Amino acid sequence: MAVAEATKGGQKDAATRFLWPALAIPGTAWLLALFVLPFYGIMAVAFSSQLDILGQPIPAWNPLEWDFAVMRGVIDQSINGSYRSAWEHTFIYAAIAMALCVLIGYPVAYYVARLARGNRGLLLALILAPWWINYLTRMLSWVGILGDEGYANDIIGFFGFAKVDWLGGQWYVVVIALVYGYLPFFIVPLYAYLDRIDQHLIEASRDLGANTFRTFFRVTLPQSRIGLITAMVITALPMFGDYYTNTLVSNSPTTVMIGNSIEGTIQSGFSRGQGASLVLLLSAVLLFFMAYYLILTLRASREAR
Amino acid sequence: MTTVGVDAPGAEKAWDNEGRYVPPPASIKPRKKGFVPPWRNPWRRPYVLATITWGYILWSLVPVLIAVQFSFNDSRSRSSWNGFTTAWYCCGTEEGSIAEGTSVFGAGANDTLLNALQNSLTLGVITTLIAVPIGTALALGLTRWRSRTSNAANAVSLFPLVTPELVLGSALYLVITTLYTQIGLGRNALILGHVTFSISFILVIVRGRLVSIGNEFETAAQDLGATRMQAIRTVLLPMLVPAIFASAMITFAASLDDFVVSNFLFGDASQITVPVLLYSAVKAAPSPALNALATLLLVGTMTALLLTYVVLRLRRRGESGSALDDLAGVEM
Repeated sequence: MAVAEATKGGQKDAATRFLWPALAIPGTAWLLALFVLPFYGIMAVAFSSQLDILGQPIPAWNPLEWDFAVMRGVIDQSINGSYRSAWEHTFIYAAIAMALCVLIGYPVAYYVARLARGNRGLLLALILAPWWINYLTRMLSWVGILGDEGYANDIIGFFGFAKVDWLGGQWYVVVIALVYGYLPFFIVPLYAYLDRIDQHLIEASRDLGANTFRTFFRVTLPQSRIGLITAMVITALPMFGDYYTNTLVSNSPTTVMIGNSIEGTIQSGFSRGQGASLVLLLSAVLLFFMAYYLILTLRASREAR
Repeated sequence: MTTVGVDAPGAEKAWDNEGRYVPPPASIKPRKKGFVPPWRNPWRRPYVLATITWGYILWSLVPVLIAVQFSFNDSRSRSSWNGFTTAWYCCGTEEGSIAEGTSVFGAGANDTLLNALQNSLTLGVITTLIAVPIGTALALGLTRWRSRTSNAANAVSLFPLVTPELVLGSALYLVITTLYTQIGLGRNALILGHVTFSISFILVIVRGRLVSIGNEFETAAQDLGATRMQAIRTVLLPMLVPAIFASAMITFAASLDDFVVSNFLFGDASQITVPVLLYSAVKAAPSPALNALATLLLVGTMTALLLTYVVLRLRRRGESGSALDDLAGVEM
């Protein structure tokens, strides 16, 4: 038996040493060509010093030719200039939206994961549904409701208030739209973590005399810390890069976010270098979140391997 | 503490003369304690949390239902209700009709909407056909191949999961307009972009299944005389089918739903996809035909997910847990 095993093992190595790498190669090559290289392309455009005849930056693929003048200009503009308000709006809106996500999302995820009894399947389906309904469709719904003749103005008109120009550049509409848009992406991962907490720990805490609040703050919350942070990171990453929500519910320079600046500059030929620099700055800001999430995912995948 | 027992006053005897158990009459309530204020009772019904949850669910879904409602509006308004019509979906394009020239399936001069729907569906199918084999092979390769290179490949292949779409979209836009110029913006660029963001989550889904299968079945097949390739083809792949199917459906749904990457890569109006069209039309001149289009997109996505749910549920038969939990556990 042992001999047979050994020969088989030997054959296995000889015949299929290259099987697994061969299977992994197409995917890896694809991602190198269409993910790693494009990211390098952003740097090549941002650090380019030469313009072509149309005035567009020619990407500097050779790092020795990199020139940081555009980048320096963009950083100046971000600290004391035209991009400053965009950065401020991004951070403030994202922070308020994130706080609201935690305040609304945690109770919902907690209830569905731990307390719902008979209708748990239904509740789970209902919190999963908005995750898969197109983001634009969901925003479009609000544009209809918040329009001049929409239901929102009908309702406040019923109570005798004057019409509100909801879509005319109100910052709170942008924040609430962000919460509405990203809350499903917050709730679902948090649900998955809360669902895994051992019920016995909570029962033990109660048996040992802790009341509901004490049990929550001493047992449940610490146990769900990683889930909470993961959910916040998953929500923060797209929220920082969001420009469409803002355009749909406000489209006003008073609420412009950094995503709007990037979208506006990168597709127009002349300011493409500025757009690429802004993408790099945004990536640097988000690097902490991305690294955290990546390490978490890598750890999970290493356990899986 | 009052308890119900054999000798409880007023209770009937718990056993009759033949020794059979006689349950106490319903009028006797077990465990009757004094009044417990709700905040001291850990087993009370969680009314507050239930209210928040249902409030959230209504808030998240009712606006979408209202948008669906307005796709049937008998007026050009998307916000005030004028009665029911299906003109925005079909056949309302004749002159003088409410939906003149803009219904989704109407044969009119303006068939941008139908074109966008066709583009989205084609793109979803092609993306799925390319991404699923690549992603599945990558999952197989990276799960079983251990070396320093495979660790690096693993990190690279998980990176798109954590990259904001805005960064991925602008990176692809720059590289396709400067380096891969022979590809050009348009359908090919869209396919490349959608496959790129799909590979990573296919990897995660299929790998999850691979790990839960383990390698005992393959080893057993080889002990019974199968070659490595035969073991993979006849034993491992059939066991992976549910996961491959789930990832195919999710890829299709994600491709249908994608806006950011598509908005960077679609090129000219003939290659526009539904989400991009929704976005640009809201800024221009919205009509209920847009709601009709959004409703059709919704039906497409939900059909794909419903199929996934049913397949996962069939696979789950006899196992613990629910298929919905599987869907919720899919990392994106």
